Amino acid sequence: MSLWNNYGMNRRHFMQHMATAAATIPAMNFLSHVQANADVLKSSQKSCILMWMGGGPPTIDIWDLKPESKNGGEFKPIDTAASGVQISEHMPETAKVFGDLSIVRSMSTREADHGRGRYYMQTSYVPNPTVVHPTFGSVVSYEIGRNRKALEIPAFVSVDGGAGQAGFLGMTHAPFVVDNTGRIRNEPSEEGKQRLGARLTMLEEIESGFMNSRRGELPKAHKDVYKNAVNLMTSNQMAAFDVSKTDPTLGLEAESDAVRDAYGRNGFGQGLLMARRLVQVGVPFVEVNMGGWDLHAGVFDTLKNQRLPQLDKGIAAITADLKQRGMLDNTVLVWMGEFGRTPRINQDVGRDHWAASWSVMMGGGGLKNGQAVGATDKDGLQIADGSKAYLPGDIWATVAHAMGIPVNTVHTSKRGRPMKLANGGTPIQELLG
Amino acid sequence: MDLRTRILRGVCSTASAVMLLILVSAGVSADESVVSKPGAGGESAAGAAGDVSLSEFIDQQIRQGWTDNEIEASPQAPDEEWVRRVYLDLVGRIPTLAEVRSFLDDKNPRKRSLLVDSLLENEDYVRHFTTIWSNNSIGRATPQRVSRIGMEKFYREAFAKNRPWNEIVVDIVTAAGHYEENGAVNYILAQMQMPDEGVQLTAMTTRLFLGLQVQCTQCHNHPFNKWQQDQFWEFNSFFRQVRKEDHRKLDPKTGQMVDDYSEVVWQEFTGPVYFEKRSGMMQVAFPRFQGHEVDPGPGVDRRVELAKLITEPVENEPPQIAQAMVNRMWSHFFGYGFTRPVDDMGPHNPPSHPELLARLSKEFAASNYDVKQLIRWIVSTEAYQLTSQYGEKNKIDDPAAGEMPLFSHMYLKSMQAEQLYDSLIVASNAHQSGNGSWSAQEDQRRRWMQQFVVAFDNDENDESTTFNGTIPQALMMMNSELIEKACSVERGSFLFEEMSKPGADTQKITDLYLAALSRKPTKPEISKMQKALAKYGPAKLNGYQDMFWALLNSNEFVFVH
Repeated sequence: MSLWNNYGMNRRHFMQHMATAAATIPAMNFLSHVQANADVLKSSQKSCILMWMGGGPPTIDIWDLKPESKNGGEFKPIDTAASGVQISEHMPETAKVFGDLSIVRSMSTREADHGRGRYYMQTSYVPNPTVVHPTFGSVVSYEIGRNRKALEIPAFVSVDGGAGQAGFLGMTHAPFVVDNTGRIRNEPSEEGKQRLGARLTMLEEIESGFMNSRRGELPKAHKDVYKNAVNLMTSNQMAAFDVSKTDPTLGLEAESDAVRDAYGRNGFGQGLLMARRLVQVGVPFVEVNMGGWDLHAGVFDTLKNQRLPQLDKGIAAITADLKQRGMLDNTVLVWMGEFGRTPRINQDVGRDHWAASWSVMMGGGGLKNGQAVGATDKDGLQIADGSKAYLPGDIWATVAHAMGIPVNTVHTSKRGRPMKLANGGTPIQELLG
Repeated sequence: MDLRTRILRGVCSTASAVMLLILVSAGVSADESVVSKPGAGGESAAGAAGDVSLSEFIDQQIRQGWTDNEIEASPQAPDEEWVRRVYLDLVGRIPTLAEVRSFLDDKNPRKRSLLVDSLLENEDYVRHFTTIWSNNSIGRATPQRVSRIGMEKFYREAFAKNRPWNEIVVDIVTAAGHYEENGAVNYILAQMQMPDEGVQLTAMTTRLFLGLQVQCTQCHNHPFNKWQQDQFWEFNSFFRQVRKEDHRKLDPKTGQMVDDYSEVVWQEFTGPVYFEKRSGMMQVAFPRFQGHEVDPGPGVDRRVELAKLITEPVENEPPQIAQAMVNRMWSHFFGYGFTRPVDDMGPHNPPSHPELLARLSKEFAASNYDVKQLIRWIVSTEAYQLTSQYGEKNKIDDPAAGEMPLFSHMYLKSMQAEQLYDSLIVASNAHQSGNGSWSAQEDQRRRWMQQFVVAFDNDENDESTTFNGTIPQALMMMNSELIEKACSVERGSFLFEEMSKPGADTQKITDLYLAALSRKPTKPEISKMQKALAKYGPAKLNGYQDMFWALLNSNEFVFVH
């Protein structure tokens, strides 16, 4: 166990976060000797891991508890490694790494329907019938992915997702959706691989005529997607999807049972583990989905017995693991759903859709972590007086800032209309390191 | 009853009323939402109705849009382009080699309309529209306790008998009973995944069958939507007599109780429903639709009353169910309807061709909601005959870039997953090898489909597919068992038949192009393919396999154009 040596490779970082590390890491050893060097080489590459909570998580029971209020529900808050920041008692492992995480408690986002909320949170724009805005993963694929020449697999990978669209940035920046087992369907057979070259030559002959026949952009987009698919299916970077694969040239090792257990033997945990491997090979944006948050009934039992134990384990593991590898400062973590849930508890002991006042969690990425930004009022019903309300654009502008994407970037829609990155959102000042 | 709960849920999906409101209030330029109207305004469709035949009227209205926007339409599509399009649009698959040849060789000047008539009698027409409407009604990822078999059976009978559309809608809205005995109930069961007092059923029914998005009015009024909050709840009150019953039975093998069937049953509900205004005031809503009130007392089956009301014409306007179907059907064939999205009609979202929409809807209603007749009208328009290639004079007609569609050339559509599957089956000849029963084939296709469906696990039953134009689709097209089969040279396959026939390479190359793309190769294409084949030497068969693979993987194959 050379944990401390490895950790020492990033000494400044180590010193900075020693207190938190000491509290959490001895239980988990994510890192072996071989990997350390390769990881550090990659460490200058910025990435983002989005943990998407489909259905709308009750943030009042997770990140912003109201024990004094009638809306408070059954859970108690506990202290975390970040002084003054309390979270749910059912998130004990996450509490230990909270020095590297932050909460934005004053989200106010007005879209309380699943489809619209998802669109708004992921693109920063409200839906509009004449233009499809790119989800932020597609923006990262466009801004960072296309310049990462050594990357042979898609720059935007979604584990168990699929809602995001690349919109006017084009199909080549659409999310590549895989399930949490990492199994890629329809990989080529050996024979298929051998014949691929000849087949593609003929395809080129056939496609070019249609592409130049004045039928718009779709025929060309088809060709570009094929290029990406061919890149993918012939790349050794595919090993990143398979947690049982080792590839020393990529710094990838088969994940031990201990590591897999630490992340949690469930879709979310294994998805996060895959996300870490993808980030290692240079994928700049990975989305990991966890569903089952649409808790209109029986919210506390479901949280306590099902959702939160998995969530807690997963977040704690990815945070500690990235940190041990010296990758945390270059990897922004974002945790959100399409909205929060009603402070008021309904007659079925559930909580309904609520966008007016809720929380998003962030971490890593070189941000000034270990704090809670903004606040809601005593019953969680609105943003507290004097607290700034944040929009999804502000979250994504913060991510852009952390990833080195200029916040004033402007894209152009197909009609030539300028579209500001993150809808012109502003990075959250308190979080900038 | 906890009303606040329901209010706070704020179901506001995709109503562009809100969008417009937000765009304007946020000071964002609303230029992309405002459309200019083509066509001479003023004169009502009713006034012109007697004078000009419907087909002339449609063509005139479309042409007026070209004139007003100073564009010139593309020329007519060659038969090769048109025949492929009409097969995909009407029967959901590409034509077989024999079907293409027979059409191209036909010298009859009326052959296009004759083909349409014959396709409307083809069993694949029934299958295609059954798929579309089953997907519309219950989604691709069939929800819990819903019978896809039942839903498909209902639509299959409806389209096979060409039942009037209003009767189909009435059957669905008033459906009750066992989910396999009366398949129509599955639409309702699919909207009742959560106990929500019929909110989802209200929102979906208005969207799918009336072309109106009213979800947002559940919680508050909208300045641009003609529906107000009380109307949402008035409509909702019609569905309060619906109850879902899930039955269970004993499994004699295990001794455990397991799921049996589900059904929709009637339950007593009288009086108003209650809802809360934003101000916190409680309000009541009685069953009422378009000004007609229904007795809220006992002994009234409200859904039966609703069914009467939604199929009745309002003043001089065609019934909304006619307009909604016309808009959807137009969009099915052209890729874009008269409003965007097709299911968000109303004063807040003016149609691109209002007179055309009104007249066609009236005639559809007057035809006793004859779905096949509606299809005939649409596919015989001048616009549907045009090529998908645009020129200098109409390149601005580009709805993909957000422009209002002018229908001056055909727009490219991506094949739906089911269309692609069925087309690959046709191309590989698998449909002729007697591949099991209808339901066995349907089963196979459904299993294949599931790899592309992502369900969102929420109370609205949302789903999306990872199919359209993405890497998983490309991998499927390049490497799957399905494509392997299509390019197989086993006995009975298309390539086997082709290669066993006598004939020169030119002939075989031509047949491969016709089978995959429904067109003959150009001279340069033939010589390129001959050169490519030459490289294979004695393994020429492999060359043909690779050629067919390349044709099926091409952009020209995967788009409906």
